[in-house]
Amino acid sequence: MSTTLLDAAGQLSQAQLPSTESEVWRYSRIAELDLASFHPAVPSVTVTGADGLTPDPTRTAAMVATMPVHDVFDELHAAHAHTIEVHVPAGKVLTEPIVVTHHVTGDGSATFPRLVVHAGADSEFTVVERFESDADVRALIVPRLVLHAEQASRVSYLGVNLLAHSVWQLGHQQATGERDSTTLLATVALGGDYARVRTDARVVGQGATTKQVALYYADGHQMHDFRTLQDHIAPKTNSDLLFKGAVQDTAKSVYTGLIRIGEDAKGSAAYQTNRNLTLSEGAWAESVPNLDIRTNDVKCSHASTVGPIDDEQRFYLESRGIPPETAERLVILGFFDDVLAALPVGSLRPELRQRVAEKLLGGAA
Amino acid sequence: MSTLEIKGLVASVAGKQILNGIDLTIQSGEVHAVMGPNGAGKSTFSAVVMGKPGYEVHAGQVLLDGVARLALPTWQRAQAGMHLVMQYPSEVPGVDLTEMLAEAYGARGRATDTLAADVAAEAERIHFPSALLDRSLNVDLSGGEKKRTETLQLALLAPKFAILDELDSGLDIDALRDCARRVEAATHETNLGVLAITHYNRLLEELKPDHVHILVKGRIVASGGPELADQLERDGYEAFTGGEAADEPAATSSYDDLFAL
Repeated sequence: MSTTLLDAAGQLSQAQLPSTESEVWRYSRIAELDLASFHPAVPSVTVTGADGLTPDPTRTAAMVATMPVHDVFDELHAAHAHTIEVHVPAGKVLTEPIVVTHHVTGDGSATFPRLVVHAGADSEFTVVERFESDADVRALIVPRLVLHAEQASRVSYLGVNLLAHSVWQLGHQQATGERDSTTLLATVALGGDYARVRTDARVVGQGATTKQVALYYADGHQMHDFRTLQDHIAPKTNSDLLFKGAVQDTAKSVYTGLIRIGEDAKGSAAYQTNRNLTLSEGAWAESVPNLDIRTNDVKCSHASTVGPIDDEQRFYLESRGIPPETAERLVILGFFDDVLAALPVGSLRPELRQRVAEKLLGGAA
Repeated sequence: MSTLEIKGLVASVAGKQILNGIDLTIQSGEVHAVMGPNGAGKSTFSAVVMGKPGYEVHAGQVLLDGVARLALPTWQRAQAGMHLVMQYPSEVPGVDLTEMLAEAYGARGRATDTLAADVAAEAERIHFPSALLDRSLNVDLSGGEKKRTETLQLALLAPKFAILDELDSGLDIDALRDCARRVEAATHETNLGVLAITHYNRLLEELKPDHVHILVKGRIVASGGPELADQLERDGYEAFTGGEAADEPAATSSYDDLFAL
């Protein structure tokens, strides 16, 4: 195996792909990926709102070194990553979000962006990472996020997937929260062909809190695949997760979540809620919540639902003279309302709500 | 002047026939009370008239101003001027009252410029706390607050006919009085015709019925004036559930066949 995992033609090597027989890739469409049809490319990235922040290559390297290497995508990342660093010094509060925009372009391109976010003690800021693309471009993007929140920092991250329905996304996020820190990891996934995001949220310092919210909505032949870990290492840590999704046409979604409370995490509280709307007969959603609790004195709950729009809600609205398609739009936008309200950048909500509404109007593709 | 006619309505739910032939005619401005014991088919009646999915109509007709409406979906019945005040209004998370009413107005081609002010005025009139107007529909509302918002919607949408499905259930005496008075006022102000379906007499102390009908086992077994409700209060439903025509009020001769059980 070469260090860049390329074949003689400069394309990516197919040999190492994981199998859906391994639990981590269960339900995924990984078997459809023709990795050899892609070649590594330089990502197109713009960053705004980070003026005045200085790079810290030593720390970046140390943070990158904490990222595990599990599979071929991790190996490819190590070989081809393009790193964006955000280091916010201790005590610094940024009122405007830092916005990182990836623009995927070029048929056959594979890009490996790596966003490193370091929050100094008692800092406070928000990072938005947008994934956009050319229309109909056949491409692969493998983004990585490594986020470290020092003591008492408050960090919000929002990933927005607006990729064309021809782009594959295989994302992995790792966040670590030190004592009394608060991290919010938010996702809005509307785009992509097969779009997967794995999020490992670890709370390693006493009193740390991590929240995760996601809104995902797949139509046509799209598939959204989420895998979350709420990993409680330290005592008196808190985690809360709210993932809400909808599938229509023949789209699919999978949510697999694990709450893990370690031996030392006494006095912790962890909550996990996943709700899914199936809007068409041919659409499919799966929800797989899991708990792994290794100590006493914890508060823990999880809930998951998969089902169509509630008939009673629909009838209620229609009984007021509201036509079925409008009633459905109200119910679906209403369903997503608490997630939209929980997103870290309020000014983005109208745009995102509008994009959801447009997807609804798109109807059967 | 409008007319709502229910003719020979026979319907079932989940394979069980609940309505066994109901006839009823309501004119604008009139209040008709349909009273019945548990299991008489009261909620089925309101659901079928409004077109709730899951109910099967086997015979009969519902006509609004002479036009048959049973083939129409619920929302078109509503737009035509029929309105259902629900016994258990559904919670709709993430959708607030004004947003919903804006869509209901829009669907009727009504302007929404004054909607917010109209909602505020009507909320004050029905004593619905304005602080609750931003909440999702029926979410975290008490029984009385739900019925107040139901009544508020009825007042603003101003239909020709309202079916009140147990408006009096689950609400306190103050809310009952406010809601009943508001409906009563609408019969004068907008000439609303009312079909008040209820188990108990107490709703009718504020909402004065012109006609009272007793519903037993999916049939109207007696019809009369307000005195029929008084008789019911005195004698209970037992007097009407024996299947005998002996106590039948004189005014119900057209329902004679319903007593041949």
